[in-house]
Amino acid sequence: MRSKIVISIILVTILSIKLFGQYSTLQLNFGHYIGDQKLVLDSVMFKNELGQNFTVSKFKYYVSNFHFKSSSGKDIFINETFLINEDEEESKKIILNKLPAGNYTSFDFILGVDSLHNCSGAQSGALDPVNAMFWAWNTGYIFLKLEGFAPNSLSPGKFFEYHIGGYKQPSNCIRKISIALGKEVKTDAAITKEIKLKVNILEILKTPTTIDFSKLSSVTDHKNATLVADNYSDMFKLMPNEK
Amino acid sequence: MKNKVIYTLFILIAIAALCNSFVIENPYFKITKKDVKLKIPKGFPKPNYTFKKNKLTPDVFVLGRKLFYDNLLSKDNTVSCGTCHQRIAAFAHIDHKLSHGIYAKIGTRNVPALQNLIWKDAYMWDGGVTSLELQPINPITSPIEMDESLENVILKLRANKEYVKLFNKAYKDTLINSERLLKALAQFTGLMITANSKYDKYMHKKDTFSIAEKNGLQLFRTKCAGCHKEPLFTDNSYRNNGIKMDTSLKDFGRGRLTEIEKDYRTFKVPGLRNVEITYPYMHDGRFKKLKDVIDHYSNSANHDDRADTLINKIGVLSAQQKKEILSFLLTLTDKEFLYDRRFADPAMLQ
Repeated sequence: MRSKIVISIILVTILSIKLFGQYSTLQLNFGHYIGDQKLVLDSVMFKNELGQNFTVSKFKYYVSNFHFKSSSGKDIFINETFLINEDEEESKKIILNKLPAGNYTSFDFILGVDSLHNCSGAQSGALDPVNAMFWAWNTGYIFLKLEGFAPNSLSPGKFFEYHIGGYKQPSNCIRKISIALGKEVKTDAAITKEIKLKVNILEILKTPTTIDFSKLSSVTDHKNATLVADNYSDMFKLMPNEK
Repeated sequence: MKNKVIYTLFILIAIAALCNSFVIENPYFKITKKDVKLKIPKGFPKPNYTFKKNKLTPDVFVLGRKLFYDNLLSKDNTVSCGTCHQRIAAFAHIDHKLSHGIYAKIGTRNVPALQNLIWKDAYMWDGGVTSLELQPINPITSPIEMDESLENVILKLRANKEYVKLFNKAYKDTLINSERLLKALAQFTGLMITANSKYDKYMHKKDTFSIAEKNGLQLFRTKCAGCHKEPLFTDNSYRNNGIKMDTSLKDFGRGRLTEIEKDYRTFKVPGLRNVEITYPYMHDGRFKKLKDVIDHYSNSANHDDRADTLINKIGVLSAQQKKEILSFLLTLTDKEFLYDRRFADPAMLQ
């Protein structure tokens, strides 16, 4: 008799946890493109807005502070930081498993690392300085690294190297990225839902400022850093067939 | 007979164990809970770094101490933090103008003392580093200091049996990563607190000042304390102290970071505790003696055209006044800190 009561209590508890605190799993896939061509590191030559050739040797960036809007108007915040690296296939699929099951209409996140996480001392995981996305001499995370080879570049070796970061004015390079989901995305605990994003590197090199490799081959000052940040703020789009 | 052998063996093992524990547990180097308790000196403000997310424990402190004095942090295993930050000099580099690094390279700035670090809001002469925990990445990775990568330091530590043991003891599991390395170093350097100089004793009415020292303190308060604010003897600001730019070093100081016009050629105001033994002086170590520093401030005709307004207000000091200021500055030496056994290198016994 007594054991039956215990078992029923346990069952009821498990059920209520399942019903009320249900988390779903959402996977965000970051596909890297140059216009409509898939990015291939080093070996493939691409063209910028001015018709100048270039290859990409490195492409890494931080995404963090996710915010989802549900169809009932609820705001869900997920305070996690991910480092996406073209060179590491697994890093381009990020898993959010703290999202309550529900219907979502839009979400946003920031490209970069917010001031709180820039001022939290030694950290591990995505924010471990060994990831080489950190400036030691002027404390702060590098939000985005884009490096490559461009015959028009005037630097020795004809490289271009854009390391963009800075969380303080006048060099705040954090940019909020908002994605409207064409149709509602329903997430639940049973299956992992996927959202595919198209990340267009050409957008880093244009709008509002078209970058000429012969004039800007590396970024070391605040003015050019924010110029590139303004450019990259529109590089994320929902993958066209997702709409 | 058999019993005798066992008995002898037992005695021998006991003696060996005792000897061993004597080397390890030498009381001079033993760190207790009491040793790592953070005590805020009377009259000091609240510190900026509080150890809140880096709980002080004897085992983490001991790990930090070993790391601080270990050449392993440098690429060719020749340079440690302690190489340039010497205990006898309040962790500055005594009698060295500019920092010395790996491969006999010479840096562009004078090694600062490591003391009362938890009250700073930024580190380095230009204030570029905003966290005590993140500061060591600079010397470790600088090509003219230790020329090593953080990644490789971690690999070296993971391959070292003694460190595997020490990290395990400190953190209760075998993970070795940069966060733990940096936090252990922050425990060791963060507890370097100096507040037991003659000046402190005088302020707490436990010692007396000579007439010269008293006059020196009065002069100091009117002429110097605008920037060197008590009790830390710095206001943590960045200023141009009137020295002309060294044309070969071309150091633009804080301006290089902020790109703001007024910050060019300004440097952090250093705290003056233990100033007697942190010679040479200024960010480029150009003055050998304290007397040279006082002479510089007194001679406004020679000041840089970007000198801070407070520096030009000091005016000409008489020989008597200079002597009095000097005798006051000598009261800032804290022998208890300089000989604090907690910061000694246990390896020096071997």
